[in-house]
Amino acid sequence: MTNTFETRIDRRFAALKTEGRAALVTFVTAGDPDLETSKKILAGLPKAGADVIELGMPFSDPMADGPAIQASSLRALKAGQKMRDTLAMVREFRKTDPDTPIVLMGYYNPIYVYPVAAFLEDAAAAGVDGLIVVDVPPEADDELCLPARDKGINFIRLATPTTDDKRLPAVLKNTSGFLYYVSITGITGAGAANPDDVQLQVARIKKATTLPVAVGFGVRTPEQARAMAKGADGVVVGSALVRAIEESLTEDGRPTGNTVGSVLNLVEGLSAALRSS
Amino acid sequence: MASKDQKTHEAKLNTLRSGPDPRGHFGMFGGRFVAETLMPLILDLETAYEAAKNDPAFQAELTQLMLHYGGRPSPLYYAERLTEHFRGVAKAAGGTGGAKIYFKRDELNHTGSHKINNCLGQIQLARRMGKTRIIAETGAGQHGVAVATVCARFGLPCEIYMGATDVQRQAPNVARMYMLGAKVNPVTAGAGTLKDAMNEALRDWVTNVHDTYYLIGTAAGPHPYPAMVRDFQSVIGTETREQMLEREGRLPDTLVACIGGGSNAIGLFHPFLDDESVKIYGVEAGGHGLDVENGHAASMNGGRPGVLHGNRTYLLQDAEGQILEGHSISAGLDYPGVGPEHSWLKDTGRVDYVSITDKEALTAFQLSAKLEGIIPALEPSHALGWVTKLAPTLPQDNLLVMNMCGRGDKDVFAVAGYLGIKL
Repeated sequence: MTNTFETRIDRRFAALKTEGRAALVTFVTAGDPDLETSKKILAGLPKAGADVIELGMPFSDPMADGPAIQASSLRALKAGQKMRDTLAMVREFRKTDPDTPIVLMGYYNPIYVYPVAAFLEDAAAAGVDGLIVVDVPPEADDELCLPARDKGINFIRLATPTTDDKRLPAVLKNTSGFLYYVSITGITGAGAANPDDVQLQVARIKKATTLPVAVGFGVRTPEQARAMAKGADGVVVGSALVRAIEESLTEDGRPTGNTVGSVLNLVEGLSAALRSS
Repeated sequence: MASKDQKTHEAKLNTLRSGPDPRGHFGMFGGRFVAETLMPLILDLETAYEAAKNDPAFQAELTQLMLHYGGRPSPLYYAERLTEHFRGVAKAAGGTGGAKIYFKRDELNHTGSHKINNCLGQIQLARRMGKTRIIAETGAGQHGVAVATVCARFGLPCEIYMGATDVQRQAPNVARMYMLGAKVNPVTAGAGTLKDAMNEALRDWVTNVHDTYYLIGTAAGPHPYPAMVRDFQSVIGTETREQMLEREGRLPDTLVACIGGGSNAIGLFHPFLDDESVKIYGVEAGGHGLDVENGHAASMNGGRPGVLHGNRTYLLQDAEGQILEGHSISAGLDYPGVGPEHSWLKDTGRVDYVSITDKEALTAFQLSAKLEGIIPALEPSHALGWVTKLAPTLPQDNLLVMNMCGRGDKDVFAVAGYLGIKL
């Protein structure tokens, strides 16, 4: 499905293609460890080298996530993060950064109860470019994917090792912005896949679509990022970043002077690796 | 003639028993809200189940297992002393009522609850699909025990996810699962109860898709689970119908069953949904009371529609759509959601969903033990709690069937603790 609109995501991937390098897609949870610290992390991401920002919408039951992102989600909720705070973060970010794409990522229920129409309205107004909602498959496109597209918001789908050639067209049908290839069958933050296998899978997917393909799940280090970037248009790093947040906190979970810096340092290292590959 | 045919046709269209639609919806409820990794499996499962359902060999094998291994049919028992007791209560209040109480004795099944009905069906399906590893979630442990049992019987390795809190309060069942060769994984996330166990089971499934079958214990989750579990449990209602016709020459007037996810209830209710004369009550866990925030597990009476664990249904949640833990004295009812077909039956008004508190359930538990010599599980004690309120208000010729869906062996020490009994 081709877009009838162009988003910051489309423009960013097109620009990077010209540059000849893969995008660094970074994931952090909105409100982790608290709203103020999270705003500082978000504001610093583009300069540290994030090309596309995935901002997690915290949820009480993150079924597709491993321990690192589960803990991150719970930290944000414990600090009182609400959906309107997450949207306000994007709105504030947009005042100083008109170009870096922001994708909200999470689970359906907090959007469903917002409810959907109001959420899409507010998200578009705040400057959100895309959505990744893990538990809304193509079979339920009328729930959220198509209404989002009508608001000019990309709906980014996950393809996985179980997405065979028979299944792939359904996954691609209403996907826009980019396709997120989940390199393993499993949850976020689990073991890494073999880069050679991933390269083959990405090549298979790219035969079926002109959309950029970003690879994620299990990517932690600059070396892994560089290896995964081969043949792909982007690499997603998430669990490693929220783990850096976790490790920087005091024993009772409060941010320290290192919290923002430790995340951004990690992003800088990952970015340098992708720029030198 | 044409008009009669027309009427029959309309009656069929108006049936309440034809759901779900091909996408797994019961009205607005149900569906398939799962991660992409699981979608191909869910679709395979649906195809495999449809084929099995229509295969006489599959059905024949299941019938044999239910008969010789599960111990079906379960008796329909006239609870004479409880009936007399409720008539006494009615009389003391100046009335003449007191329904005739029957128990559908699913607590007499192998493993001690209705859970075995579903497990025998799904294990046959898993084998048919060539799956070599079984996982499941469990709350009270009744489902976990039933899964461990069928896995032992068919020689398949199994891992059971159980909230750490539930592991403590249902220790006898943990021991049973262990004896049966299952690996029990305590889940410490969240409050360590059923919803957390289900999250963890889903995480396992998404990681081990290639060989693993997820044997869901209740009539909830992504399509086709709600319909499939209902079909396997409908043996309860089908038998009740035949047994009541034989005993009393007519259908029952009232059905009562407890609701956590709602599998025993939908099993009893479903064969009667189109019989308008039958009044149906589902009993949710009222915990400390519906007015206590996060103090109950009554998803339908105290929650609102949302999406969790693969389906849209009534959920206990806050204003932000974050899921609440809920509370019930019964680990088997302590779940913030409910099967989607129940949500639909609530909205259509076909079934009345009510709630019973921890205290009322404990009173009913003792009543059954002392008057009928049947120690019920805490789950059906909620159903009996409602019968205690309802039966005296009904006429004496009202035939009431309550599903005694589980026995209370697992609960006796916990109940003794609640009642302050020194053993």
